[in-house]
Amino acid sequence: MSTAGLLTGPQFMDGDHACAEGAIAAGCRFSAGYPITPSTEVVERLAARFPEVGGVFIQMEDELAASITIQGAVWAGAKAITVTSGPGFSLMMEHLGLAAMTETPCVFVDVQRAGPSTGLPTLPAQGDMMQARFGSHGDYQIIALCPDSPQDCLDQTIRAFNLSERFRVPVLLMMDECVGHMIERVVIPEPGTCEITPRRMTALPQGAEYLPYATKDCCDMVPDMTEAGRGHTPHITGLTHDERGYPAMNTDAQRDLMLRLRDKILKFEPEIRDVRLDQVDGADVVVVCYGITSRVAIPAIETARAKGLKVGWLRLVTAWPFPEPVIRDLAARVKAFVVPEINLGQMVLEVERCAAGRARTIHVPHAGGAVHDPNDILRAIEEAAR
Amino acid sequence: MSADVIAPPPPENPTEDWLREERIPHIWCPGCGIGTSVNCFTQALEESKLDRDNVVIVSGIGCTGRVAGYLKLDSFHTTHGRPIPFATGLKLANPKLKVIVYSGDGDLFAIGGNHFFHAARRNVDMTVICVNNMTYGMTGGQVTPTTPIGAKATTSPFGNIEEPFNLPFIAHSCGAVYVARWTSFHVRQLTKAIRDAIAKPGFTFVEVISPCPTLFSRRNRLGDGLDAMKFYKAHSEIRNGADTREVAISHQSKIICGKFVDITRTTWHDAQAAHLHRVMGNRFVPPRNWEHLIKSDPMEDLVAETIRDSSGDGS
Repeated sequence: MSTAGLLTGPQFMDGDHACAEGAIAAGCRFSAGYPITPSTEVVERLAARFPEVGGVFIQMEDELAASITIQGAVWAGAKAITVTSGPGFSLMMEHLGLAAMTETPCVFVDVQRAGPSTGLPTLPAQGDMMQARFGSHGDYQIIALCPDSPQDCLDQTIRAFNLSERFRVPVLLMMDECVGHMIERVVIPEPGTCEITPRRMTALPQGAEYLPYATKDCCDMVPDMTEAGRGHTPHITGLTHDERGYPAMNTDAQRDLMLRLRDKILKFEPEIRDVRLDQVDGADVVVVCYGITSRVAIPAIETARAKGLKVGWLRLVTAWPFPEPVIRDLAARVKAFVVPEINLGQMVLEVERCAAGRARTIHVPHAGGAVHDPNDILRAIEEAAR
Repeated sequence: MSADVIAPPPPENPTEDWLREERIPHIWCPGCGIGTSVNCFTQALEESKLDRDNVVIVSGIGCTGRVAGYLKLDSFHTTHGRPIPFATGLKLANPKLKVIVYSGDGDLFAIGGNHFFHAARRNVDMTVICVNNMTYGMTGGQVTPTTPIGAKATTSPFGNIEEPFNLPFIAHSCGAVYVARWTSFHVRQLTKAIRDAIAKPGFTFVEVISPCPTLFSRRNRLGDGLDAMKFYKAHSEIRNGADTREVAISHQSKIICGKFVDITRTTWHDAQAAHLHRVMGNRFVPPRNWEHLIKSDPMEDLVAETIRDSSGDGS
């Protein structure tokens, strides 16, 4: 890929723009979007930058269209991204399911704002975390990452593309309004200095017989892809299908496909996992947090430590698949988890489930529109340590 | 080579070469017009002499939505109403592909109506073939946006009272550069229309009026598939170049067929490539497979655009 038009080195930009630059750095050259606050700056940046780097941007008529247009582009060989916020994310659920079912690697970005419905369009929340996991109908797995800064928006966008190609799964970048609009120093890597996962493209020659969903063995549950124009005549459908991609309307085919779509992600959870830990060894209380809240929690933790409490910090960069073994392991060693998040109780349910009664779980809710007051988190830590 | 070796006979049905034979028999009912339209489509492809590897077919959901799954092409069976934006992504990311959307009236004009309007407006280079049987066949015969007033459906059991869409008029008014309508009785004309639509750059549209004997015809006591052919033969009127405002279809009345629109308009790709090349100059890096769209140096584009602007011809 040409290096013309690439931006590198230290910059000063917000998280939305950093996400766009991360997509370019990851080799993404196609985006379809629809304007929605607070995510619009991502597509504005892509619309301006893509013609300089050999990319194509199109503003579609709605998010239903945007979220399937990128999948057409992927099957034409591109790496592709779409970007939205709550109301648009709801519309995209249909095609999140399509991407999961057809194993179309692509990246969906949700810059979370307060909901439900139109909610608080310009103000932050973390209320779409369960929708990210369960929002489309049926059983499926996705990967979701939560950046906490503009630099991390760039880094996690690159990782989102890499994971989507590695596992042929839609990857969700669950930003929030704060990290989207926060302006900080961002260093864009030089080409060739960061790991870029190529598409798992079949090595079959032009026109050869190709089975779009054949997997090599039980250890590698991800089939090789092709693209339109290679004479491989794949049939790709959202119906339950066999390894030829043909509709298979029976319970055996359904079971085989559902289990593979689940296992190709869950069996590789340790590879997908990214949790950041600080002083969790020997801690009595661990604060489990993600996105902007993982930064808001830090002053509360520092104050608690100054008061002599043993408090650890666990940041979920990978929110889905949930890092169950990490929480299970900690639950046996700590008194309690404190889970602040800008919603009325979402990821805390996962922490509570994995703690399974072995450690208390205290939620610090926030209805949305602002970040937490660190004092609320501090009070929860003190309550947990008691 | 031995002299007594006899060459195998040529395939009897030229359509077979385009089908995924292992998926036949298809799901369509006896008397349905979708299979007839597929015969016309494959014949049109055969005559078009396209590079077959670059032909892509995209369908939505429904009876006609199953077309993609029977054709031995790169084929995509997408979500209900959304084959057009999927096809848009394919075409934008690789303009060398020849992209055809094949779906039904409910898929393309009820749930997917908005996408149709915008793809036609943008003049993305693709051909949309709509099999219009005036009902939702797959789900059991419900009313669609093309069900004529008075016709019965399971969700309009006392007869439809809503004005149906006039599809050629919609396509024309949204910007389609080629618009034709034929019935599944008019196989030669339909084949030629599909061939012409595929050959023409830009957003092209072919409506195929087709019977649904199992659900629409039976509920409305219109007989079987053969009766539908007799009706089409007796009540179709070929009027090429007809004003699209005047080709609406009423229940069991005259069906005006023909090529209604055949105009030239800059495609999305040609417009985008020329414009970015002109305003950005060498800073514009053409996307993959766009090289052939860059036809001149930026200054020539500028001159051409200035001449066009000053000509005052809005079309």
